Amino acid sequence: MLDMIALNINNKMYSIEIAPSTPILWVLREQIGLTGTKFGCGISLCGACTVHLDGQPIRSCVMPLSAAIDKKITTIEGIESVDGLLHPVQQAWLDEQIPQCGYCQSGQIMSAVALLNANQNPTDDDINTAMQGNICRCGTYNRIRAGIKKAAVVMKMDSKKQENG
Amino acid sequence: MGKITRRAFIGTGLLTSGALVIGISIRPGNRAKKVASLISDPEEHVFNVWIKISPDNSVTVIVPHAEMGQGIHTTLAMMLADELDADWGKVNIQEAPAHQEYANHMMLKGFVAGDVDFPNFLVKTVDGAFLKIGKFMSFQVTGGSASVRFTGELGMRWAGASTKHLLLTAAAQKWQVPKSELYAVNSFIHHEKSNRKAPFSTFSKEASLLDAPSSLTLKTIAEYRLMGSSPMRKDLPPKVTGKARFGIDVVLPNMKYATLKNAPVFGGKLISVDDTAIEQLSGFHQVIKLDNAVALVAEGYWQAKQALDKLIIEFTRNDQDTIDQKDIFNQLNDALDKAIKSDNFTTDLELVNQEYDVLTSSSYTANYQVPFLAHATMEPMNCTVWLHDGICEIWIGSQNPLGVRAAIAELLELAPDKVFVYNQFLGGGFGRRSETDVALQAALIAKEISAPVKLIWSREEDIQHDFYREANISRFNAVLSKEGPPISWTNQFLFKHHPPEAAHIPYSIPNQLIQYTETDLHVPWGNWRSVDHSMHGFFIESFIDELANQQQQDPYQYRRKLLKHQPRFLKVLDLVAKKANWRAPLPHHWGRGIAIHKSFGTIVAQVAEVAIIEGKLIIHRVVCVADAGFAMHKDAFIAQMESGIIYGLTAALYGEISIKEGAVQQRNFNDYPMLRIQETPKIETFIINSLEKIGGAGEPSTPVIAPAVTNAIFNVSGKRIRELPINQHLLTV
Ligand code: FES
Ligand code: FES
Repeated sequence: MLDMIALNINNKMYSIEIAPSTPILWVLREQIGLTGTKFGCGISLCGACTVHLDGQPIRSCVMPLSAAIDKKITTIEGIESVDGLLHPVQQAWLDEQIPQCGYCQSGQIMSAVALLNANQNPTDDDINTAMQGNICRCGTYNRIRAGIKKAAVVMKMDSKKQENG
Repeated sequence: MGKITRRAFIGTGLLTSGALVIGISIRPGNRAKKVASLISDPEEHVFNVWIKISPDNSVTVIVPHAEMGQGIHTTLAMMLADELDADWGKVNIQEAPAHQEYANHMMLKGFVAGDVDFPNFLVKTVDGAFLKIGKFMSFQVTGGSASVRFTGELGMRWAGASTKHLLLTAAAQKWQVPKSELYAVNSFIHHEKSNRKAPFSTFSKEASLLDAPSSLTLKTIAEYRLMGSSPMRKDLPPKVTGKARFGIDVVLPNMKYATLKNAPVFGGKLISVDDTAIEQLSGFHQVIKLDNAVALVAEGYWQAKQALDKLIIEFTRNDQDTIDQKDIFNQLNDALDKAIKSDNFTTDLELVNQEYDVLTSSSYTANYQVPFLAHATMEPMNCTVWLHDGICEIWIGSQNPLGVRAAIAELLELAPDKVFVYNQFLGGGFGRRSETDVALQAALIAKEISAPVKLIWSREEDIQHDFYREANISRFNAVLSKEGPPISWTNQFLFKHHPPEAAHIPYSIPNQLIQYTETDLHVPWGNWRSVDHSMHGFFIESFIDELANQQQQDPYQYRRKLLKHQPRFLKVLDLVAKKANWRAPLPHHWGRGIAIHKSFGTIVAQVAEVAIIEGKLIIHRVVCVADAGFAMHKDAFIAQMESGIIYGLTAALYGEISIKEGAVQQRNFNDYPMLRIQETPKIETFIINSLEKIGGAGEPSTPVIAPAVTNAIFNVSGKRIRELPINQHLLTV
């Protein structure tokens, strides 16, 4: 059954004709052309496909498109600021030279951004809880932890600046 | 590195007549047309395959290796740019296309001339008759931790230095000054006396007409500007924005998507497919029968997978359908027993240096066992093929693009110059992406479809149809004197792939017998990060730890004594003990283990600190010391050490592929689990730059971690783990 579905992805509206049971991952990658979100396991075990649905991190490989109706999807391509600046998490990922093959990193970054949006001062345990669904086969975990802590500091400073300014 | 001569260049196939075949030293109008695509502007001159200087004075380095995450593009480019004294900010990196002009002769030479032999996995690569150039054969494989060691040291640095030499010579002529008064900094040539400076590009044309230098001097370490530092890796920016294009991300007009089901049992063949269940589906669906698999092509991966799962597929039954994992271990043990009985071994190494008295010595034996392992690269297997107008275009992330090209040319009976391989970023390689199986399947599917096709394997196919690190066993025997070092060391095991010295020990034990035999397994074998070292590191470093305990000595001091004649090893060992605070007391239920192993020219020692709390093993900390001769990109080297430790730790703790009724039992990350962030130990890495011959970075930390951890488990619990993975064992303190 194909339906016409309206979608908000990275603040852009799309309308596509597709079976509503199709997982969000494949719609993003194949219909919309946003290939930054990755396929890793297909059964919610690796986190490579992590995107935000109304700000919450979800595994897009198992989430049907119907769940995204009237909601906002944010992908790795949608977290830079409007003027094209890297998100503090992305910048920290560069500063700490985190990626190796890089394949898992879109998912890692999306999980980290969701964590930091909800929690300005994550402890090691908070990081473990938020990030344990994301596998990195290249073993960049310690750097990811350092990157999250670094980004947390920057994001706190940014939000202070906003409050003051 | 001192002076090199023109002879050395010719010898490596780098310059002049023969070398032109691989495209070194190319000038406009040269017959090596295949590099033309790299010359986007007629004003740009390619001096040789590794480098290009543009009119805007930017330098493009052409790197003949795949980027798998090890930062190799950056590291190789750094080596060249340093010798050239190029402005790093204006250095671009391009991966060489899969043409034989770029074939990796350096790697071949390194293997042939170095301390290791021509590796088996390359033999497969060069089988394609098209790729032979006389006695040397072309290949462009990324593996064996070879990139920096061979391409970098033998190729990139020389290319950079000779290019600089040409530029300086050209400048001397143009300015009519002695060459000795000129020097290069940041892509400019300076002449202080006349207060002149000009960008490299000013002299490109003149330089390209000069003969290659007959001798060169490479920089000494004091002159390095880039080598040994940690500039930002150039592959990183697109990897944090989602823009990096991996093989799986390729998009082509009208592209179809395919996925497939392989015969579950290796060696099985397809008999029949019943597709009535998909007849009613809307949208495009096409079933394609392969010899040992069924592919389904549709408008998208998901659509293809859904339809594939509805097919009723029958594969042949064969003799292997009854094989279980225990049968395989029985087979291995039987093979060893038989070899022992009939003394039918291949001897790997034999040393007979000391007679001993059986009466005053004792002997000690132990048997070890390791399981099959899959690679599980993060990016599932995939390949995109477009067959059109008599040519075949291939998009893939491959450790072996030339091998892919040769294999597909042969399969489709096309001339190799009709086959184009566009290598993409690899979402992990670890050896898996040196195989050509997936590309061949994609080509067979593409033959049936008049559009580009992207074949994507599910994770389940990836786990169940890998080329596996073999399951193996190792039997040790040592003869011990009452006091003093062991008198003899015997190690008998199965299989020998690569590198040949993997089972050798650095310890001075006067009598040594290392031998192996073979048996046929139906499970396909492949290069798995660090290859044979991945098990021999565990076998050797566990058994030596057992001997230390047997002789009631501290495992660090025991190794120390046996390494007295190995100053390089000693330094690494001493530093790891020092950094780990070997003697410091540990909390209750904690233990420490040490291990050291050399592979791919790099010596790595590690100390693991573990705890066993209520039966649960926690790895707290790993201290790692490595001597790779010289770490070219310091941070990328450290990252590789960390990565290899996590990879090896995952295998040590959980890694097990087991066979049931001929097929792999595991399917996905639920039953083939990966280490995750909350289980990751703190890792501290220290580098020793001994300036010995350069060693590898990507693999040498992997073999060391399993024994460091199991030795630590022994330290805390008294339990000796002789069979991996560790999670099969009940641990108590
Ligand atoms: S692909 Fe979605 S969690 Fe692995
Ligand atoms: S960087 Fe390769 S899987 Fe994470």
